[in-house]
Amino acid sequence: MDFSFTDEQRMIAETAQSFFAENATSKRTREAMATDGFDRETWQSFCQELGLGGIIIPEEYGGAGLGNVELAIIAEAAGAQVAALPLLNLAISSAMIAAGGTEAQKQKWLPRLISGEVIGAAAGNDTVKYDGHKLNGSFEFVPHGNVTDIFVLAHPDQAWIVEKGAPGLSVETATTMDQTRPLSTVILDNVEGEPFADFLPAMHASQSAAWLCLAAEALGGAQACLDRTVEYSKERVQFGRAIGSFQAYKHRAADMMIEIEQARSAVYWAACAVDEGSDDVKLALHAAKAFCSDTFFKCAGDMIQLHGGIGFTWEHDAHLFFKRARSIQTLLLDGNWHREQVATMILGEAA
Amino acid sequence: MKLGFSKAEEDFRAECADWLTGQMAGEFSDIKGIATLTAKAERRKEWEQQLAAHKWSCIGWPTEWGGRGASLAEQVIFAEEYARAGVPGRVNHIGIELAGPTILTFGTDEQKKRFLPDIAAGKTIFCQGFSEPNAGSDLASVRTKARLEGGKWVVNGQKIWTSLAHISDWIFVIARSEEGTKGPKGLTFLMMPIDQPGIEIRGIKQINGDAEFNETFFTDATCAEDSLIGAPGEGWRIAMGLLAFERGVSTLGQQMGFRNELDEIIAAAKANGSANDPLIRQRIAKAEIGLHLMRYGALRMLSNTDHSKVDGAALTYKIQWASWRRSLGELGMDVLGQAGEVTDNPDYDWGTLPNLFLYSRSDTIYGGTNQIQRNLIAERALGMPREPRGDT
Repeated sequence: MDFSFTDEQRMIAETAQSFFAENATSKRTREAMATDGFDRETWQSFCQELGLGGIIIPEEYGGAGLGNVELAIIAEAAGAQVAALPLLNLAISSAMIAAGGTEAQKQKWLPRLISGEVIGAAAGNDTVKYDGHKLNGSFEFVPHGNVTDIFVLAHPDQAWIVEKGAPGLSVETATTMDQTRPLSTVILDNVEGEPFADFLPAMHASQSAAWLCLAAEALGGAQACLDRTVEYSKERVQFGRAIGSFQAYKHRAADMMIEIEQARSAVYWAACAVDEGSDDVKLALHAAKAFCSDTFFKCAGDMIQLHGGIGFTWEHDAHLFFKRARSIQTLLLDGNWHREQVATMILGEAA
Repeated sequence: MKLGFSKAEEDFRAECADWLTGQMAGEFSDIKGIATLTAKAERRKEWEQQLAAHKWSCIGWPTEWGGRGASLAEQVIFAEEYARAGVPGRVNHIGIELAGPTILTFGTDEQKKRFLPDIAAGKTIFCQGFSEPNAGSDLASVRTKARLEGGKWVVNGQKIWTSLAHISDWIFVIARSEEGTKGPKGLTFLMMPIDQPGIEIRGIKQINGDAEFNETFFTDATCAEDSLIGAPGEGWRIAMGLLAFERGVSTLGQQMGFRNELDEIIAAAKANGSANDPLIRQRIAKAEIGLHLMRYGALRMLSNTDHSKVDGAALTYKIQWASWRRSLGELGMDVLGQAGEVTDNPDYDWGTLPNLFLYSRSDTIYGGTNQIQRNLIAERALGMPREPRGDT
């Protein structure tokens, strides 16, 4: 038992943090927001130069063969910059294919997803109809569906790969509040899907990758909100004092940190639980998703309040964090749902 | 980063669990499950000695002083199994967790020989004399005076909130030994025997009816000249060093106590049907999640071996558990409903959950109030500017 980063993990964290700080700048993110919410330049560098796209994917398919702790480290670092990147998409779609795709699907898609050559997305619901492998229906709120090349689409008892441009497939993207991760509707009109070999492991892999990735991203975002607020509080002077010297101010900052440190425990507990196959892995994932998204939202809201008027402007980055935090809260099921899963584990189903 | 325990560690867990549950089922069954710190004090002193006789008293200490030199993982395991077995809290926790490590770190060889074996053996029970009526959150403004006279320290003044002073043998105090000093300067850290005419102890009845805390009065109380830790005037440094030991492994044992309290709430909710209430379900889930995050927060804190800089995360721990537990007390009462408002015990002695509700109001006050904790976090962990001080 040693709940601290290894030297290698610390190195990955430092590398990832400086990479996203240097590349996923506010300027680039805002350029992406003005178009399709995808910072391609940073993504290409991330996939090809940094080579950390396939962090949990086995090396034989072009991945790094590392664990979920390392995945969380990367997602946390990306979240700290509100990077406009399909990192979540990559994590889920590659994890699903690696866990349940056919050998041909793995060989065809994993190296290309990891290298950034193609963008993947995953979506699931129980309303899509299928007859053989002809799919009908729609998937709503698919992250970065607007720039996706291959969709991993799931129903409670099967999953398929559908390529962009497949006959009968259309993708509609409305304006999304969080412009760093546009949400699309994928509409299927008798679309041919290529089925997975093994669906169940893919579903489990999708849950851990998705919830862990979002929780870690939220953790990074929350920490960035606090860091930026603390910096501001040391510079901004009112009543002849740095505003950070007022207890009304510093107590709110302290409250942010108290939540963030719990969120950090949640993320790395969940990451270890997945890697070590612990009995409490589900509890850990629900806890991490629910707790971290609430923490991020609280911190982003506080960031605006503690910056005063400037925090309400478009020019300041506070709204990027605030909107991302709100989006994470409902993405892949909200906090009340995750907590209800925990309640069911300890109290049984409600009568 | 790894959370699992090795086979050897799991074997150690089984050994701890076997011994502890055996004791609670056998010779010491009469103290099993006691929730307050004061009940059956004499029997619990015997329990301290039983622990010592089997080398379970302070396993993290070096073997030469009565410990086992146990690894962090082993200490974590023992603390968890201790609470899981329903063993009541250590009446000598101040001695084991605070006085002992302080003597070990700052004491002379002679002091180590004199105190450590007896603390480990459960023969010397310590209490802590820091707070005063006018030195609570502002601890550095203590007024209790100490002077060297005829080869002895002579102490006059008053301490307050001295937990378990009435069953203790020794008290460590910080007292002002340099006339005219203010704040952290001029304080000295002394260890004093309690059984002497110059020390008087009066219990303070608390809102839950119990009296764990005391007022302790010093009227020309004395201790030997070599009974100080560090040098005269170094008391603040020693006191701060001591407080850092509070965030040790014992926090994990404390959490297992919290686990038992939450389990009682879960059982009550199932029994009275409130487990079907969606709002109660959300709150129980939140409490469950919070408890796990506390455990993993503590494991992070304990796994951090870089003591060269302030562990900011560790500074968040006290307010985290205190606030969590106070909320748990409220949740317990909400689950019980009006049934929580009454007891058939004529002595104002409450069951676990109503007592938790009342007692937990002190958690966010003692050991540094939530407000002081926020100042510490903001100033030490986040490096925010200090509040300008009033002139004291």
